[in-house]
Amino acid sequence: MEKLPLRITVNGQPYELCVKPKTLLVEVIRDHLGLTGTKRGCNSGACGACTVLVNGVSVKSCSVLALQVDGAEILTVEGLAQGEKLHPLQKAFLDEGAYQCGFCTPGMLMSAKALLDENPKPTREEIREGIHGNLCRCTGYNSIVRAIAAVAEGKYEEGE
Amino acid sequence: MKYVVIDTPLHNIDGPAKVTGAAQYTFDITLPNMLYGKILRSPHPHAKILNIETSKAERLIGVKAVVTGKDTLGVKQGIWRRYKELCDEEILAREKVRYIGEPVAAVAAVDEDVAEEALSLIEVEYEPLPAVFDPMEAIKEGAPQIHEGVERNINVTRHIEWGDVDEGFKQADYIREDWFKVSGQAHVCMETHCAVASFGHDGKLTVWTSTQSPYYIQVLLAWTLGLKESDVRVISRYVGGGFGSKFELDSAQFCAALLSMKLRRPVKIVLTREEEFTATKRRTPMYYYVKTGVKKDGTFVAKECRVFTDGGAYTSMGATALYLTGFFQSFPYKWPSYRYDGYRVYTNTMPSSAMRGFGAPQATFVSEVQIDMIAEDLGIDPIEIRRKNGMTPNYEVPGQATIRSCGLHQCLDKIEEWIKSRGKLPPNRGIGIAAYGFMSGGIFNWFDTPYAFSAAMVKINIDGKVDLYVGAQDMGQGANTTLSMICAEELGVRLEDIRLHTADTAVAPVDLGAWGSRETLMAGNAVKMAAAEAKRQLLEFAAAKLGPNIVYDLDIKDRWVHLVARPERGLSYYEVVRDAIRGRDGQPIIGRGHYTPHRKGMISPAYSFGVQAVEAEVDPETGKITLLNVVTAHDCGQVINPLGVRGQLEGAIAMAAGYGFTEDLPMDNGKILNPNLVDYKILRATDMPETEVIEIPTYEPEGPFGAKEAGEGLTNPTAAALANAVYNAVGVRIKELPVTAEKVLRALKEKKEGKKKEG
Repeated sequence: MEKLPLRITVNGQPYELCVKPKTLLVEVIRDHLGLTGTKRGCNSGACGACTVLVNGVSVKSCSVLALQVDGAEILTVEGLAQGEKLHPLQKAFLDEGAYQCGFCTPGMLMSAKALLDENPKPTREEIREGIHGNLCRCTGYNSIVRAIAAVAEGKYEEGE
Repeated sequence: MKYVVIDTPLHNIDGPAKVTGAAQYTFDITLPNMLYGKILRSPHPHAKILNIETSKAERLIGVKAVVTGKDTLGVKQGIWRRYKELCDEEILAREKVRYIGEPVAAVAAVDEDVAEEALSLIEVEYEPLPAVFDPMEAIKEGAPQIHEGVERNINVTRHIEWGDVDEGFKQADYIREDWFKVSGQAHVCMETHCAVASFGHDGKLTVWTSTQSPYYIQVLLAWTLGLKESDVRVISRYVGGGFGSKFELDSAQFCAALLSMKLRRPVKIVLTREEEFTATKRRTPMYYYVKTGVKKDGTFVAKECRVFTDGGAYTSMGATALYLTGFFQSFPYKWPSYRYDGYRVYTNTMPSSAMRGFGAPQATFVSEVQIDMIAEDLGIDPIEIRRKNGMTPNYEVPGQATIRSCGLHQCLDKIEEWIKSRGKLPPNRGIGIAAYGFMSGGIFNWFDTPYAFSAAMVKINIDGKVDLYVGAQDMGQGANTTLSMICAEELGVRLEDIRLHTADTAVAPVDLGAWGSRETLMAGNAVKMAAAEAKRQLLEFAAAKLGPNIVYDLDIKDRWVHLVARPERGLSYYEVVRDAIRGRDGQPIIGRGHYTPHRKGMISPAYSFGVQAVEAEVDPETGKITLLNVVTAHDCGQVINPLGVRGQLEGAIAMAAGYGFTEDLPMDNGKILNPNLVDYKILRATDMPETEVIEIPTYEPEGPFGAKEAGEGLTNPTAAALANAVYNAVGVRIKELPVTAEKVLRALKEKKEGKKKEG
């Protein structure tokens, strides 16, 4: 199978790669770029562990071919913190204990970011809907809902 | 303030790595020159292996090795090492396969695609044998024999008895007999089973793997591969969930190691989600007969149970589940007489084993549903009948166990208050309750380890920072944080002063691992002992300056070494550390601790308790159940990290509610029909009810700072409370898990038709 060129920007860094047409976005992120924060839990789009943002929209990266997102801006969990500063969602997840084994956490954080970017003041129900596609076997979700709500309520805004 | 570190909600010490994607799981590990492995599995539930032809696969470009049972030592291994006949599982079958999914060959290749293709080129000649899938069929005379010489496929039997049961039933005013059926459940760890094995020309094996017990895997790999234990190093720094599925030797670990030994190159094997569902282990399904005798006033007098568990093809940890379901069937009540006979029966299905609660959720469902039925039959309030018979502190379960701390009655009071506060509920809505208890680690040693069950070492460096070495395993439940907090509290420093060294058999002392809710109490006691010993060495030096009557008059809290009676008189911890290390020829301060329970009965040194109320709504048109509220009054002794306990509680509710009404593993002739995350339904965020926890403070004398388990027990009550809520909502009694919408609807229909007939 002939490889084709792929240009993507991941966490602000542009990359030029050559990939097989059947290569999945998650494979490029994890195996080609070594960004293993993004996980794979099912390879069928059912668990959401591989969720990343593509041009700001949350996407299950195991269900997208890399070449489908040629030219796109990708954000993964590694791109959330800025230098020594954690993203408000990361701080809130720490404060609420909104993770246990941590395997679903990167995908959960990305879904939460997509939700708040689109709807900065979601209700609890909208938060639950927003992470509906992300499975977690450890936490029972409520701590995650509290963490996202705390960010939405402005608890982690700058200058406080 | 009594405590400086514990009883404070603190961030998990692994948190920063987990929220930034920096945490490296086995799934994320890549080594130089690494190959990828895949496993060929049996499509037959029961068949003889006549021949395996691997040459075509070996010739495929990119394939480096193919192994079958012939390449192994043929060790029948198992986790009940003390009993040879219960070690019955070869990881790569040589002569016979006994379930769909059993490994028969493994391939290492340059990538997963080539390895997958190679599997399709392996030709296995099978002779299919008659198979049996249900324990009630498998136990019959003439059923297909699954293991040589095992009559009627009975793998293990268990008898538990105390008091005079026959006399008890004579004295009973009311006797009730019921059959229940409880289902299996998949663990659904988000990280599937995986391993990276590297065997070098130095003859030493290193295995990175996702496990709950690095020590068990070290020992089992050494045994099955013919290596010395100390030549096998197992590392499991971050584990993407365990829930009981990851403390036995699995096919990824064994096949990766075997291939690596053949090739002297690292080999990585990651099970697919489908393999995870069909070829690992599962919660034990059971048929449960229970006969219960009570007095008119609701006093329990006798209970008798017969249980047939679906063992699947191998023993695994299922023998322990058989024992624990029998014991916890009596919980948390004072039965003057009790008799349990359990039979674990082999079938041609995926082996059943440990899963969070370890037989107790099954027992609790049966017991708590039947108690509600008895209460209704006698016209007694469900809280009252539990109060009348519930365990109290210092109660002895005859010949079995001593209960020390027990907050059950306070839990009942709190749940009663909450139910009253809900007032009258709208139609089709009900509240159900269930009471439960669980162990804080097992005292049994069926694995036959010569080591202490838990051990720890504390090293204090010149800058006052502390290295803590402990073999306990964190799989997300927070053991790393809990144990570091215990160390910091005992030593008198802060959490950030501790650096933990764990999850590596070459670095950490032996610990049996994270199962049976043992880490807080057992590893916690070892850590506390090690920290206390290190502290005593510091205090010897401080005593010279502070001049107490005896050294025990000194203590350290929050980095301040002081006289207990006059806390303002003291010295900086840092100063004492410097003096102590200089005064000892420059040696760091080292304290050692260990813990093995002795003379603590048959089961566990300590027991947690709780009562849970579930409020649910049932749609009478569809049978659909919606969870509205789950309130839990919970006695786990002294809470170490409130943030951790809350996480355990909410997570347990999600898992146990799934067991109660959405999760099931239907099979057709031994083939699991829903091996994916779409058709196997674990709860999603939108399914989760509001949760409330009421901690009941008790002090457990056997536990570190009075702590006991808070991990597994919380999975015990939910299925029962949910089933009782459904009954209270719409009046139908489901005695078979899971309580699905279909079952509820069918029961509602039958109830309606029954009424019509009566009318």
